[in-house]
Amino acid sequence: MSQKPKFAAIAFGLSIGLTGAANAAWQPAKPIEFIATAGPGGGTDNFARAVQNIITKYKLVEQPIVVVNKAGGSGAEGYTYTKAMAGDPYKIVFGTSNAWTQPMVSKVAYNYTDLTPIAAMVQDEFLLWVKQDAPYQNVQDFLKAVAAKPAGDFKMGGAQSKDTDETLTRMIDKAAKVKFVYIPFKSGAEAAVQLAGGHVDAHVNNPSESIGQWKGSTQRPLCAFSPQRLPDGPKVTATQNWHDIPTCAESGLAISQFQQPRTVWLPGKVTADQAAFYVDLMKKVQATPEWKEYIERTSQTDTFLTGDAFSKFIKDDIERTRKVAADEGWLIAN
Amino acid sequence: MENLEALVHGFGIALSGNHIFLMVIGVLLGILVGVLPGLGAPNGVSLLLPLTFGMQPVSAIILLSSMYWGALFGGSVTSILFNIPGEPSSVATTFDGYPMARDGRPTTALATAFGSAAFGALAGVVLITLCASWVAQVALAFGPPEYFAVYFLAFASFVGMGGSPPVKTLVSLAIGFALAAVGIDTVSGSVRLTMGIDEMVKGVSFVVAVMGLFGIGELLIAVEEEFHVKAISSKVEWREVFRTLAGLPRYSWALLRSAAIGCWMGITPGGPTAASFMSYGIAKRLSPRRANFGKGEPEGIVAPEAADHAAGTSALLPMLALGIPGSATAAVMMGGLMIWGLNPGPMLFVEQKDFVWGLIASMYLGNVVAVVLVLLTVPIFAALMRVPFFIIAPVIVILCTVGAFSVSNSYLDVMLMMGFGVLGYLFKKLHYPLAPLVLAIVIGDKAEDAFRQSMLMSRGSLGIFFAKPLVTTLILLGAALLLMPVIWRTIARMMQGSQVKP
Repeated sequence: MSQKPKFAAIAFGLSIGLTGAANAAWQPAKPIEFIATAGPGGGTDNFARAVQNIITKYKLVEQPIVVVNKAGGSGAEGYTYTKAMAGDPYKIVFGTSNAWTQPMVSKVAYNYTDLTPIAAMVQDEFLLWVKQDAPYQNVQDFLKAVAAKPAGDFKMGGAQSKDTDETLTRMIDKAAKVKFVYIPFKSGAEAAVQLAGGHVDAHVNNPSESIGQWKGSTQRPLCAFSPQRLPDGPKVTATQNWHDIPTCAESGLAISQFQQPRTVWLPGKVTADQAAFYVDLMKKVQATPEWKEYIERTSQTDTFLTGDAFSKFIKDDIERTRKVAADEGWLIAN
Repeated sequence: MENLEALVHGFGIALSGNHIFLMVIGVLLGILVGVLPGLGAPNGVSLLLPLTFGMQPVSAIILLSSMYWGALFGGSVTSILFNIPGEPSSVATTFDGYPMARDGRPTTALATAFGSAAFGALAGVVLITLCASWVAQVALAFGPPEYFAVYFLAFASFVGMGGSPPVKTLVSLAIGFALAAVGIDTVSGSVRLTMGIDEMVKGVSFVVAVMGLFGIGELLIAVEEEFHVKAISSKVEWREVFRTLAGLPRYSWALLRSAAIGCWMGITPGGPTAASFMSYGIAKRLSPRRANFGKGEPEGIVAPEAADHAAGTSALLPMLALGIPGSATAAVMMGGLMIWGLNPGPMLFVEQKDFVWGLIASMYLGNVVAVVLVLLTVPIFAALMRVPFFIIAPVIVILCTVGAFSVSNSYLDVMLMMGFGVLGYLFKKLHYPLAPLVLAIVIGDKAEDAFRQSMLMSRGSLGIFFAKPLVTTLILLGAALLLMPVIWRTIARMMQGSQVKP
C-alpha cells in the first residue's frame, strides 16, 4: 500500500472540514483501545492482535492502538466495560457469539443490544476429537461405543459452561441419542491437555486449539461440524491435512453446521459515521495478505457479515441456541 | 547426553552480542515492572510483546523471558522493603523479609532473597535441561482429581502450620474462599456474589487484594504506632552483600528442599505462588529455628524465594512441551509463540530445536545476568529504607492506588484496594493470620473447579480421590501435614505431663 491514497484521504478530509461540510468521514483523533474478551493467548485475543498488527503495519489508522484483555467472567467483564462506555468511538470490543448467548444463560449486566455491531469477520470451526490411541476410527464407531455404555460414562471436556462447547455437546447428545457428561474447563487448551492425559474421552475444540496436539500425535479429529470439508492445505501430520477429515454430516452425525463467529463491536450510542468508519477499516484489514495468512494459520473460515446480514445471523443463532438452552433448563428468568 | 549436546548447540545460539544486549534490556525492564506494584511480569510482557513481532523468534523469547526473570527478582524488592508484594508469588517473602528489613537489615534481607532465588532458578533450568521429555509425561498424569490433590496439599502444608489458633486460621481461609468465588463460576456458568455491582463479574483481582491487605494495612498500623520515631539507620555496605551470599550455604538443606518443592509445583501446574507458600509452610514446620519465623529469620526468606524461582523457571517447560502455561506470564508468552508462528506442543521440541535449546541456554545466561544486575542494585534499594517515613508513606499510597487502577483501568479496584487496606488493618489488630486468606484467594477458585470437575467425573463419589496411586498419595500426604501439628501437640503435652509428675 503506497502513501499516496492516505495523503489524498487526509487532504480530502481537510478540504471538507475547511469548507464546513460537517459529518463527512469521521476519523479517530486519539488512541484507540481494542478490548479482547479473552485472556492473552486465547482465540479472541489472537484475533484482536492480528487485526491490530495489520492496521499498524499498513498504517490504516493514524492513531496508536492498544489491546487490553478483559477476560473476567468468561468475557462479561469486557462487554460490561464497553456497555458503560456508550458514545465513545475509541473502544472496540472483540468477542464471539457469547455477546448474545451469555446474557441468555447467565445474569450478566449487558446484552448485545447495548452494543453497536460492526462485523463478524471469521467463523471458527469445531471438530470432534478423541485420544490418539482410542479404538474408534470414525464417528459411528465412537457413538456406538458411547451408546453401549450407561449414560454418563463418557466424558466430554470443553471450555466454559453453557457456552458453545456445551451447547454443541448437547446437540450431539440429541442427534445421536447418547448422553455425555460435560466437564467444563477454563479453556479449550486445558481440555486438550486433559484429553491427551486420558482424563476425558473427547472434546470439540477449534482447529487452532488442538493443532499442536494433533501434530504431536496425542489426539486426532474424527469429524468436522461444517457443511463441507475444511479447505485443502499443507499436511498437518505425516499423512493427513484438515481436508482429509470428513464432515460430521457425511459420516453419519446429523449436525451439518456449527461455527463460532468472531465478532467486533462498538459501544452503544455511537454515530452512524463512526460505525461506518470501523466497518470500512475492518474491510481493509480483511483485504491484506496478512489476514489470509492469519486465517490459514488458525484454520478458520473467512467471512464478512455486517449490517442486516450480521443481524440476521445473530437472530438465527439465538433461535438455535435458545432451543438447546430451553431443553437443558439453562435459560434465566428475565 | 543428547540433551547436553543440544544445550551446547543452544549456547552457540544464545551467546551473541545482540542476545546478551537483549538480556540486559529485558532484565532491567523486568526489574522495573517487578518493583512497581500492580504492573507485574504478565503486564510487562504483554506490553513488550508487540515490539517483538519483527524479531527472530529466538531473540524475541530471549527478550521476554529475560524480562520475566527480572520481574521475578524485582517483585521481591517491594515485598521486603515495604511489605507490598509486587507479584503474587512474593507474598510469602514478606513474612520474614519485611520484619528483617524493618529491623535495620534490608541489605541482608535483599541479598538473601536474591541469592536463594538464583539458586532456585538454576535448579529449575537444570531440571528442564536434564529431563525435558520425561517431565512432559508427568504433567499429563494430572487430571482434575490430581489437581485438587495438589491444591489440597498446598493448603494443608500451610494451614496446619500453627502459629495462630486454628479457628482464626479457618475464619481467614473462609473469607478468602468467599472472595475467590466472586464472579462467573466456571462449572455452572452463573454469576456469583457480585452484590449487585455489575463490574464485580470480573472477580476480585489478587493484586488489588494484596496491595490493600499488605501495603495499606501495614501503613495504617505503622501510622498508629508512630513508626517514624524508629528511623532506620542501616549502613549501606557492599561487604554485607557478599557476606550474606557467602553465608547462604548454611541453609543448603532449606535451599535444596525449597528448590525441589518449586520444581515439582512448577511442572504439575500448581505454579510459583502455591510453591512459595508451601515451601514457607514446610520450612516453618521443619526448621530448627522455627520459633524465629515471622520475626526476620533468614530461612523464612530462603524457602519461599528458592521455591518461587524454581517454579517460575520450570513452569516454562509445560508451556513449551504441552501448551499449558504454568503461570500467567507463561500464558502471555504462549500467545507470543503463536503469533511468531510456532505451535507450543509436543512437536515443538522436534521441529524447532534451535528455538527450544536457544531458549533453554538463554535461561542460564539470563538468570546470571539478572542476578548480577539485581545484586548491584541492592545497596540502592536498601538506601530507600533511610528515607523518612513521612515521605515514604504517601509514596506507598500512591504506588498502591496507581497499581490497583492499572490492573484493569477501573476505579472500582481502587475502592476495593482501600477496603482491603482496612480489612488488613483489622486482621492485624485482632491477630488473625493474613496468609490463609491470600492463599485462598489465589488458589481457592482453582481448587474449587478441580473438586467440582472431579465430582462431575465420578458422579458425586469421593472415591475418585482414592482411585489411583498418584492422587491417593497426594491426598494422604496432605492429610498427614494437616494433622501433624495436632499430633505433635498431643505428644508434647504427654511429654510435659510425664515431666511434671516426678
